[in-house]
Amino acid sequence: MKQGSRLSNMKKSTKTNGITYLMLLVAFIVVQIFTATDSMTNLIKGLLVPACIYIIMAVSLNLTVGILGELSLGHAGFMCVGAFASSFFSVCMRDVITSEWVRFPLAIIIGGVVAALFGFIVGIPVLRLRGDYLAIVTLAFGEIIKNLMNVLYVGLDSNGFHFSMKGTTDLGMEADGKVIVKGALGITGTPRDSTFVVAFILVVITVFVVLNVVNSRQGRAIMSIRDNRIAAESIGINITKYKLMAFVVSAFFAGIAGVLYSHNIATLTATTNNFGYNMSIMVLVYVVLGGIGNIRGSIIAAVILTVLPELLREFSDYRMLVYSLVLIFMMLFSSSPAMVNFREKLSLKGKNKSKKEKGVA
Amino acid sequence: MEFLQFFISGLSLGSIYAIIALGYTMVYGIAKMLNFAHGDVIMVGGYLVFTVSTSMGLPVWIGMTAAVVGCTALGVLIERFAYRPLRGATSLAVLITAIGVSYLLQNLALLIFGAAPKSFTSVVSVPALTLAGGALTITGESLVTIAACIVIMIVLTLFVNKTKPGRAMHAVSEDRGAAQLMGVNVNGTIALTFAIGSALAAIAGALLCSAYPTLTPYTGAMPGIKAFVAAVFGGIGSIPGAMIGGILLGLIESLSKAYISSEMADAIVFLVLIIVLVVKPTGIFGKKISEKV
Repeated sequence: MKQGSRLSNMKKSTKTNGITYLMLLVAFIVVQIFTATDSMTNLIKGLLVPACIYIIMAVSLNLTVGILGELSLGHAGFMCVGAFASSFFSVCMRDVITSEWVRFPLAIIIGGVVAALFGFIVGIPVLRLRGDYLAIVTLAFGEIIKNLMNVLYVGLDSNGFHFSMKGTTDLGMEADGKVIVKGALGITGTPRDSTFVVAFILVVITVFVVLNVVNSRQGRAIMSIRDNRIAAESIGINITKYKLMAFVVSAFFAGIAGVLYSHNIATLTATTNNFGYNMSIMVLVYVVLGGIGNIRGSIIAAVILTVLPELLREFSDYRMLVYSLVLIFMMLFSSSPAMVNFREKLSLKGKNKSKKEKGVA
Repeated sequence: MEFLQFFISGLSLGSIYAIIALGYTMVYGIAKMLNFAHGDVIMVGGYLVFTVSTSMGLPVWIGMTAAVVGCTALGVLIERFAYRPLRGATSLAVLITAIGVSYLLQNLALLIFGAAPKSFTSVVSVPALTLAGGALTITGESLVTIAACIVIMIVLTLFVNKTKPGRAMHAVSEDRGAAQLMGVNVNGTIALTFAIGSALAAIAGALLCSAYPTLTPYTGAMPGIKAFVAAVFGGIGSIPGAMIGGILLGLIESLSKAYISSEMADAIVFLVLIIVLVVKPTGIFGKKISEKV
């Protein structure tokens, strides 16, 4: 009996994951057909990579919010780290490694690893906290990272790298030197290596890793921490280790999204809208709308909320207003005790009905 | 003398943070939730004073009254329609709702008043004080802010400790269930807390905009978050803690702007928060609460 139920559970997770992969595959084929027949407007073409970036952001944030159950408001900070680290690498190596097939994968790995490293450093103090405190501290970290990027100057000349927090003149460079990171002006001249195919492969990798983490022993440990921290601790689950694990994986993929972002634009700067609080909230909207803990939902929500605002340009003033209402009503609908009771009653009614029907048959 | 000048401007900024932090700390102590929208109530207060006094040209006291009444009503409405239905839900759900409310207020203000900054006419008519033969100037805004902060703290401490609704607040913050059994109107008390917090936010908004006279829909967001840092710094739930935390944070910000780097001042303030939370999560005046299983 037990074996049977476990088997059907496994089948269920394999089935839902299969649907997710199938959905991605179909989306990919559709996009390829449209590209091959050249029947896509430039607007939609320009949205392909951003859509992939937001999918990666939403899926990785869902790992922290949905699976670990802690609200991170600094997710864009990790994206920022990944973007700057990889862009820095690409600009430095532009003349050394000319083949983008070597340079871009290296940039992706560097962006992800540096972001994961930041996730680790940030995670150690942050994950000692819970709930509201954790949220506000991740927000603080995101802002600190954004602030740092705005005052960081890095130059390269024959003597090696020069760092400064004051300005380009303070770098003290030789005449042959070139300033790579220009404080608030950011990094210019990043090669535009992000293509839809690469971005799509990264989406598949992200979804694959996150889904596998969720359905693994580690994933169950992480979810047990979410559901009851004290009970999880009492059965010997190392809370800090698993929390840190989820946090670092989440940061790694946010970093990869940052790599895609920085290699898709000409000038990389850190502002509130791309790497600040606003971006973190926007990704949170994707996660909430898609369903907290639901990976497939995050993907769908990210795609819809990337494409829809561009198609409804004339309503762009109302976009953030609608987002805020989405957040409030989704939460009131899904979490308020009154609504939860109401839905339980409905589903009970449904179950009783089906039982009766079975009895009659 | 230069140091003293920065010190006084820090003290004045810190007093504003302290008034905002009082709202945070009371709501957090009693409703056990982080009211993310508190900072944006400040912004609404600023716009109300701006509309009534600067645009319509009515006297300042009418503008202030309108702001206090309007913000109080807004605070109570937010509590009633966004937070009360979620009482008993997970803290994640409440926090996300609060972020939603914060965004809603910002974007409503953006639609109504536009993104262009409004230049705010100061509500303070006290002349500046010049000391030490002109080497040291204390603006009227600074004087009024510091005085307002002290008065508010005294009144609030007396209210919470001496009056019946104040003691009800204590009871609800300690044990909501038991308070209800003792006949305390829990919903009413929480609504009252939101009302007081929002009224304070309106005052803080007017003072903030008088000291830094550019008003945008995002004016309240950063001071709001910093005031939360101040509340945590002082020990969340504690009224004198919010006061001390606010003033310390104002001093840290003002002095690091003056002596370290003006771009990094925000980062330094946030670093303080992280250090406080890691070293002493209960803050300066916070009580350690052991968790019941």
